[in-house]
Amino acid sequence: MRNLKEDALKASDKKAALGPDIDLGSYHSDMVPHNYIEDLTSLSETDKKRMIISGVDANERERCGTFVQKDTTVIHSRSKQEGLEIIPIKKALEECDWIHEYYWKLASVDADKYTARAELDLHNGYVIRALPGSKTIYPVQACLYIEKDGLSQHVHNIIIAEEGSELHMITGCATSPHAKRGLHVGISEFYVKKNAKLSFTMIHNWAEEMAVRPRSVGRVEEGGLFLNNYICMRPVKSLQMYPTTHLVGKGATARFYSLLVGSPGSEMDVGGRVFLKAEETRAEIISRAITNSGNIVARGDLIGEVNGVKAHLECKGLILNGGSIHAIPELTGKADGVEMSHEAAVGKIAQEEILYLMSRGLSEDEATSTIVRGFLSVDIPGLPLQLKAEIDRAVEASDKDVL
Amino acid sequence: MLLIEDLKVELAGKEILKHIDLEIPQGETHILFGPNGSGKTSLLMTIMGYPQYKVTHGKIVFKGQDITNLPVNERARLGIGMSYQRPPTIHGVKTSQMVKICAGKGREVDVETLAGKVNFTDFLGRDINDGFSGGEIKRSELLQLMAQDPTLLLFDEPESGVDLENMSLIGTTIGQLLQRDFQIDPVKSQKEKIKERKRMGLIITHTGFILDYITADKGQLLFKGEMTCSSNPREIFRCISEVGYEECVKCAI
Ligand SMILES: Nc1ncnc2c1ncn2[C@@H]1O[C@H](COP(=O)(O)OP(=O)(O)OP(=O)(O)O)[C@@H](O)[C@H]1O
Ligand SMILES: [Mg+2]
Repeated sequence: MRNLKEDALKASDKKAALGPDIDLGSYHSDMVPHNYIEDLTSLSETDKKRMIISGVDANERERCGTFVQKDTTVIHSRSKQEGLEIIPIKKALEECDWIHEYYWKLASVDADKYTARAELDLHNGYVIRALPGSKTIYPVQACLYIEKDGLSQHVHNIIIAEEGSELHMITGCATSPHAKRGLHVGISEFYVKKNAKLSFTMIHNWAEEMAVRPRSVGRVEEGGLFLNNYICMRPVKSLQMYPTTHLVGKGATARFYSLLVGSPGSEMDVGGRVFLKAEETRAEIISRAITNSGNIVARGDLIGEVNGVKAHLECKGLILNGGSIHAIPELTGKADGVEMSHEAAVGKIAQEEILYLMSRGLSEDEATSTIVRGFLSVDIPGLPLQLKAEIDRAVEASDKDVL
Repeated sequence: MLLIEDLKVELAGKEILKHIDLEIPQGETHILFGPNGSGKTSLLMTIMGYPQYKVTHGKIVFKGQDITNLPVNERARLGIGMSYQRPPTIHGVKTSQMVKICAGKGREVDVETLAGKVNFTDFLGRDINDGFSGGEIKRSELLQLMAQDPTLLLFDEPESGVDLENMSLIGTTIGQLLQRDFQIDPVKSQKEKIKERKRMGLIITHTGFILDYITADKGQLLFKGEMTCSSNPREIFRCISEVGYEECVKCAI
């Protein structure tokens, strides 16, 4: 058996392939103790407010379970529905044998120094598992929260949608107003089994001095559907991620949607990569990036390996007020009969559209904001209403910042 | 009232409107004729306030106020509205949302009912103008004007590309918007109703079809950036049909 610790050690200084290098030594990562809380409503008003903008509701309205980790410590972890398991990953590693079939089985521990760090100095994270055939009516919510300034937070999450199950998740990552500077390293491994459906919506609300390095890999089996939405519209110093999904079973489908807003001083390098490895697999990557003086690299990579797969990539960027957007769409077809396409466009708001709206009575600012919201409103089929509402809310909230 | 005096307009450094005098008194509807490229759309866009159309001389007065330098949205607020020849698509903005925008903040409109009047309910969920056919654009523009309810309505070829069945729908709707429909009224005489008309209209047409549905007070002929002839709209239309623009222009002299 591979020795994870050894592999991690070897990679502990390995720079990532993409994104500016981060000096891990400039953060501390000691455990920060917090009390476990049974009742989420006892969270401070400040924390609640920060969490709710990332879609995590302390009142658990229309949620079927909650996981909250503050800094390095899990402060709440509870499922409210049968067939749904929510376990802190450290506990799972100690108590559940089956976790070893999943832990580091998709993501490589030695990919770079961030993956290595997550193994060598794991704080915690969640394991969320929908048992075979179970269907969650409401989304599960998870929050990874940073309160301690200067912390490097290391989490590892595993999400499993067992055969025939349906699981919807919303994860919010946010910082408290006290945390200005920090690093978030988050490993996520997604297992979507036969005929299962997983929707995963992640809303990030970081601080201006935060560096963020998520590392995610997913695998979708026959007939499975993986819907992945990523929203980051608040300032962040440096964000780099390139989640990868393998479609390994017949008819498996992955759809990735991302909405990015680059504020002044923000550097974002975000993409999605899907390997279509089985017949009749489908993939779609759609991204919308707006910059308001930030720098955004929007990547997308589709690799079609067998005959008859279909995949589409759509990258649209809007430059509002300085900054840059670099769209890098890539397609690789490795077999006859693959049907793959991409569409990329970067530009500014068309004056003609603004004037059209103004001639209907809107002011210039109102017209601009209407167009921006329109730009960010992508239809995401299969997403539960509650999650659609959360995305709309995030877009609404970012509106003021963007303009 | 709309009053335009000795207007000259430049677009991209080129003078496209050389000399325009135009007066539309309250309640009147005028028809604007002119060959392709004569400047008809430019005149409407200038009245609406599109900044790329630079007024280099003369002025535009609406309801007693000089609006020559007013931005587009303020003109809209004063009651000027336009039905476009080629409106832009705005992705992510639904037609129903657009209708609400037109109605303005304070006013509630029943979007469904309004759309029903121009056979457009099926389009409410679509992005505005996205893939709309020529005829659909006309109905969408009309729907927006119905919600906006302006006092001066500028129509840029409202009937071009419209099929026969929709033509009468569009014709009668424009008639209603311009308060030019006739209905039996137990209280008021038709003459009184005509006197009470407030809405003004300026309609560009090539085909003249619109004249089968509405009455108009005057016809204007625009030729090479100049307003040449002002007369009975049917007469101008006949004149153009029979002897052509160039000959017709001479009648003005
Ligand atoms: N962006 C532009 N740059 C330069 N010239 C332009 C531009 N837009 C329009 N024009 C020119 O201005 C002139 C007037 O155009 P306008 O659209 O007002 O004509 P029109 O009378 O509405 O014609 P039509 O009957 O074909 O609709 C034309 O010669 C046209 O080519
Ligand atoms: Mg025209």
